[in-house]
Amino acid sequence: MNLLQEIFTTLLATLGDVIPIATIIFGFQYLVLRKPVPNLKRVLIGFAYVVVGLSLFLMGLERALFPLGRLMAEQLTRPEFVYQGFAAIPTEVLWEQYYWVYLFAFAIGFSTTIAEPSLIAVAIKASEVSGGAISTWGLRIAVAIGVAVGISLGCYRIVTGLPIHYFIIAGYILVVIQTSFAPRMIVPLAYDSGGVTTSTVTVPLVTALGLGLAETVPGRSVLIDGFGLIAFASLFPIMSVMGYAQLAEIKARRKHNKQARQNPKTAQQATDVNTEIDNNAL
Amino acid sequence: MLGSLRDLAPIIAVILFFQFGVLQQPLPHVLDLVLGLVFVVLGLTFFIFGLEMGLFPIGETLAHAFARKGSVAWLLLFAFALGFGTTIAEPALIAVASEAATIAADAGVIAATDNSMSGYADGLRLTVALSVGLAIVIGVLRILMGWPIHWLIIGGYIMVVIMTFFAPREIIGIAYDSGGVTTSTITVPLVTALGVGLASSIKGRNPMIDGFGLIAFASLTPMIFVMGYGMVISQ
Repeated sequence: MNLLQEIFTTLLATLGDVIPIATIIFGFQYLVLRKPVPNLKRVLIGFAYVVVGLSLFLMGLERALFPLGRLMAEQLTRPEFVYQGFAAIPTEVLWEQYYWVYLFAFAIGFSTTIAEPSLIAVAIKASEVSGGAISTWGLRIAVAIGVAVGISLGCYRIVTGLPIHYFIIAGYILVVIQTSFAPRMIVPLAYDSGGVTTSTVTVPLVTALGLGLAETVPGRSVLIDGFGLIAFASLFPIMSVMGYAQLAEIKARRKHNKQARQNPKTAQQATDVNTEIDNNAL
Repeated sequence: MLGSLRDLAPIIAVILFFQFGVLQQPLPHVLDLVLGLVFVVLGLTFFIFGLEMGLFPIGETLAHAFARKGSVAWLLLFAFALGFGTTIAEPALIAVASEAATIAADAGVIAATDNSMSGYADGLRLTVALSVGLAIVIGVLRILMGWPIHWLIIGGYIMVVIMTFFAPREIIGIAYDSGGVTTSTITVPLVTALGVGLASSIKGRNPMIDGFGLIAFASLTPMIFVMGYGMVISQ
């Protein structure tokens, strides 16, 4: 009985999220554009699936993963666990002792990003638009690695207490440098993947990890140090996606150059291919 | 269904490894856990199904209809309404805003009464929603005009860096985070479909280069606006 009630409340809450969006869409469609929606029935059924799917998804997370994830974050950041094997808990912070925390941050960042529904949506769209040149899994794994690195580095920042803006500014500089070298096609998608990664699954778990760390590490304030992990998680995928595109480009070029060396006749062809890669890489 | 299961496999592996391998503790409430996982798998399957059936087509239909109608003013109004409307009700934002109000009260920026705290939180929410609305407007304008995205984004970064030096210290972490939390699971596919649809129905635009990037603006402007809000309030 309890379960049914829970399903009902979550469904209502999700519906509450969807109603403003639906109002805007259908309002503009009928009042401004004054055109009927093609396949209206299908679209409405699609909306219903999205609402039901999202509600079940959130409920499942709330029941199974979030409590366990929070508990684990709490246990891993506890000084008794971090400094086990020490005679006493040291008064100053030994950041190397938090290796399990960094590893957990990496693993949880990677795995929650793989399951992030909005990233799946963007990846589907990107592979569709690029005609399959960007594979859904390639993009998802590149983004997930970015989030994983970002969150581990963010945890290191909380443990050491370094000011957040140094990291973010350094990250921005890297992004700018990469932008000038990355294939032009990937740049907008890379910028997008920063904002996409952090929604339903990642935010609650990562926030719990950050607040847990800031609470238990001596000398850290929850208010100043507890926030900022999300910022790391949305900056690093930009770099990893551009990096992934650059790697793919280099690999493709090397392959063609190799072929050119083996068969000098096709060398000219290979240079043509190179320029082509430049133009529509990925 | 199988795909969703594969999407979740890494999470399950991570939890099992840390729980048994590192923390060496048994799993609590195994039955609840399994039931929850079944829900998650089902939910993800339904969501992706509905995505291709409802969210993507409506986003594209709207984009094509606006492009045919040719009224830029209505399109921009729609862009603003979509950004503002989806953000103001966003649960993650509501949570972050009330958290921020507590922090501001603790820091002595505002009075520690319920009234002034909820006023602060509402102001913050409104600020973020306005900034997301503006972001989508800028993003749509960019698609229409064919501006290269990196100049706008780099300009935004420079703004963020400059404001970081002037904003009160307590707001910086929240401001940086607010960029990430604003784009919800329903907004992202819709906005993506809208951008790609617009870029593919306007002549001379490439859906890959011009269609993406709307989300990027939506996660950049809130940082600038929230720091601005922090500066205005603490004056």
